[in-house]
Amino acid sequence: MNGVHDLGGTDGLGPVEIPENEPVYRAEWEKAAFAMFSMTFRAGFFGIDAFRYGIEQMHPATYLLSPYYEHWLHTIEHHGIEKGMIDEAELDRRTQHYLENPDAPLPAEKEDPDLLAFVDGVVKAGAPAGRPSDKVAQFKVGDRVTVASDVPYGHTRKAKYVRGRTGEIALAHGTFIYPDSAGNGGPDAPEHVYTVKFTAEELWGAEAADPNGTVYFDVWEPYITPAKLTTAEEAA
Amino acid sequence: MTATVRTQEEIAARVKALESILIEKGIMTTAAVDRLVEIYENEVGPQLGAAVVAKAWTDPEFKARLLANGTEACAEMGIGGLQGEDMVVVENTDTVHNVITCTLCSCYPWPVLGLPPNWYKDPAFRARIVREPRKVLGDDFGFDVPDSVEIRVWDSSSEMRYWILPQRPAGTEGLDEKALAALVTRDSMIGVGAAKAA
Repeated sequence: MNGVHDLGGTDGLGPVEIPENEPVYRAEWEKAAFAMFSMTFRAGFFGIDAFRYGIEQMHPATYLLSPYYEHWLHTIEHHGIEKGMIDEAELDRRTQHYLENPDAPLPAEKEDPDLLAFVDGVVKAGAPAGRPSDKVAQFKVGDRVTVASDVPYGHTRKAKYVRGRTGEIALAHGTFIYPDSAGNGGPDAPEHVYTVKFTAEELWGAEAADPNGTVYFDVWEPYITPAKLTTAEEAA
Repeated sequence: MTATVRTQEEIAARVKALESILIEKGIMTTAAVDRLVEIYENEVGPQLGAAVVAKAWTDPEFKARLLANGTEACAEMGIGGLQGEDMVVVENTDTVHNVITCTLCSCYPWPVLGLPPNWYKDPAFRARIVREPRKVLGDDFGFDVPDSVEIRVWDSSSEMRYWILPQRPAGTEGLDEKALAALVTRDSMIGVGAAKAA
């Protein structure tokens, strides 16, 4: 989707704010919001692609102004409500309760050794997105390719600033979950992933571009087509 | 849908409310929260990436394996896992400087760097680093990259996680791996700084 989250190349956002030192978690609620992701992932709320799409659907003003982990809160609520795991009215009622009684205790919990084992297991082993496929790669390192100009409404990882641009394949990685399917409720539908090298001039034009800059961007095979030959190449 | 900018108190209440529902449903426990929080506060952080870099600086064969397959080389040192299932390490040289970003969200190689600093996830860095990297590095990070050095920006749009093998500082010939690792900063592995001088 053509959302505000797709920030690459946006002007007017001011300097990068870099504090001297900052803690890993800036508030207690950030700890719970961070941990909630892995546990709701385990409970089947979403895969990583749907998780990202939930964030992309935040109101753009809220997205730009809210603390980072509030984005996570938003997508967990979004998918929890959609899956019928969270009752929105009940969530609103409890929010009011904790707003009025911030020190009120959480409900009593049962020990869950499986959940603790899951935490250590997933941190160590990860959740790989590589998927086997018998699809034959249509491109190889060195090929010149152009990114499709299509602007889909759903989840995609085809950023605005590379659409319609031409670059050269720098790396080929094998087959992975396809976000344009999985992020929109579809199957994994694995596709080949490549890293494409773009010159800064191709992305921003000769006048604005750093003359000695390149950007490397990963694409799934359906994003790209063979580049048309330039007039000079056709003549040669 | 309306725009809302909530206060810290409002967000905290919302998180606690959601947490209470997830606890009752048996999806979440505070014990599991504490464990996960502790892992990324005390166990998984940039000291792991620094150890990998120091080994690469002192062991040319390991360095070759690291640049050929980042995931497998890190696994030799028992390093890997969540959000670093597929890692690609790129090398800084006298003629090429690399920097990583995630313009679409906040992707970052957790197993070697821990959780990202907030500026990495914020809109300003993500918006500008692909368009005016030399200016962002110089003006915002006080890190000047000469015009003669090519800047390569790696935008992590897929699950591949890029990170940087910084250049070994001059005058460090006599140092062992442990002393070298102490010179490797998080910023040098993101590409917004250099390794510390000896």
